[in-house]
Amino acid sequence: VSGVPGVSGLVLLEAWPGPGALASLAVLLPVAAALGTFVVPSRRGLLSAGVFAGATWLVTLGIAIQVASQGVQRYALGGWQAPLGIDLYVDGLAAVMLVVTASVAVIVSAYAAAYFPHHDPAQGRGFWPAWLLLWAGMNALYVSADLFNLYVSLEVIGITAVALVVLGGRRAAMVAGLRYLLAAFAGSLAYLLGVALLYADLGTLDLYDASLTAGPAAAVAGGLVTAGLLLKTGLFPLHFWLPSAHSIAPGPVSPVLSGLVVNTSFYLVVRLWLQTDSPPDEVWGAQILGLLAVIAIFWGGFGALRQRRLKLLIAYSTVSQLGYMFLLFPLAAEAAGRPHAWAGALYHAGAHALAKAALFLAAANILRSHGSDRLTELRGTAENLPLTAFAFGAAAVSLVGLPPSGGFVAKWYLVQAGLRSGQWWIAVLVLAGGLLTAAYLGRAGRFFFVRLKSPLAGSYEPLPRVTEWATLLLALAALAAGVVAAWPLELLAVGSPFGPLPTE
Amino acid sequence: VTPFAIYAFTAVLLFTLGLHRLVTDANLLRKVLSVNVMGGGIFLLLVATAYRNRSPLPDAVPHAMVLTGIVVAVSMTGFSLILVRRLEAETGKVVLDEIEEDS
Repeated sequence: VSGVPGVSGLVLLEAWPGPGALASLAVLLPVAAALGTFVVPSRRGLLSAGVFAGATWLVTLGIAIQVASQGVQRYALGGWQAPLGIDLYVDGLAAVMLVVTASVAVIVSAYAAAYFPHHDPAQGRGFWPAWLLLWAGMNALYVSADLFNLYVSLEVIGITAVALVVLGGRRAAMVAGLRYLLAAFAGSLAYLLGVALLYADLGTLDLYDASLTAGPAAAVAGGLVTAGLLLKTGLFPLHFWLPSAHSIAPGPVSPVLSGLVVNTSFYLVVRLWLQTDSPPDEVWGAQILGLLAVIAIFWGGFGALRQRRLKLLIAYSTVSQLGYMFLLFPLAAEAAGRPHAWAGALYHAGAHALAKAALFLAAANILRSHGSDRLTELRGTAENLPLTAFAFGAAAVSLVGLPPSGGFVAKWYLVQAGLRSGQWWIAVLVLAGGLLTAAYLGRAGRFFFVRLKSPLAGSYEPLPRVTEWATLLLALAALAAGVVAAWPLELLAVGSPFGPLPTE
Repeated sequence: VTPFAIYAFTAVLLFTLGLHRLVTDANLLRKVLSVNVMGGGIFLLLVATAYRNRSPLPDAVPHAMVLTGIVVAVSMTGFSLILVRRLEAETGKVVLDEIEEDS
């Protein structure tokens, strides 16, 4: 096949079953599904989208197995080398993010397929193309090694995420959506200006060749890129758009925004700061990022404590949980404990995605069944929606960081990294943040178990069975991430700049 | 002062002016325009980079970036304008604070 140049259709075959084929499929399959649901918005179009979604999940598993057995994969798309070509790059971190994204995506898709026909068929028609394109954008971001291609992925993610927020069409949704759109737009432009400066200075667009410490111009570029990405991910104090946009989005949208989309910009900051050739202990801003992370944990946590509505409370929780991920930077600034910091912060990104998506699906179930998500009106939830209430509790266990859950594994390694690097105060703050999480989730959850005595408490409508089971499945996945942590942790170490976890 | 420095300075100035207006102006239409001024600054820098890069022929990579960037900026602008128009149709206003006070 390699003797037939210029036939683009054969590129896939030529690469099969190499890294290029699977990584391209992880992007192409959701795009095809998005186009399918756009052209054929019927039940049949939806069914084929389901097949494509399942296939994408299998492809990401294939990528993970490939990376685990053969190590880091790099591939020049279409045989074009840099600078004109676009390289794909998949290591353990990318593989874990792809699998987590696909797992949440498949479950949320099943949820949405039952949710929209039952509650709002018109919204469903707009949902599928935007959601599947969003998924494709996230996968493109995880496999790209080209700074400009990453910019395009960021914009695909931004525009589809906003489209999903405004699906409801209510005034408040459009205001939140516009705020989100302008923030995301400004954030990507700051990123693009940084990339332009980097290219002018270093003459490369390769993410893994770039250096943020090569000189003053590169440092300015690094600052711009980082500021833009922090705005897009919503790290304190650039989180102003996040709670309203994440909480007002339709039921199946909030989980993907709060669980998956926030991870994409964080992932890019990790790549740019820790995986370029800039040595982490010389990165000047690590302590600034650490300070913002700590403020975020408590600002978001106390914000969540003050909320009166469940979805807003969960959205503020995201502001707080983002802080744990960014603790990676101050922890990685010390040589000791770096592998633990890498494992803890990135495992947290994955475990948070599962738990947060489950919480938002539970909130959507309550809102749809009960007509309100005001905390004081949640009495009787455990009686009327037992699966949902149980899923909420299981997801809360993981978010708080109690064993056995994914959140526990993440916090264990973060605390270990704090102690090993001599930054014991970070370990203390991680544990204190866990108490705060328990406080705000407990404040919501305690209403579920108050028995419904008075008729004043309102009624609960029955829900499509799939929606409750999908919620439970996600919550159980968040718990299972604590039981089967060995394999993903091993995978995360493939291609890690800090090497594998020491065996004790 | 090299020509590139003049272009680069103008580009950063445009970006900063746009950012300033985006943050301070509550009028949604002007916010959308401000973002486009920011984008214009970046495209100017990229085109100047293509000219500067050592060889007698201009560098094609920044040109490709500007072309793609314009496509992205047009889509984002179009999408923002649709949202602004729908808000205006519903509330009769294009200033974010006033719209929020109403709801």
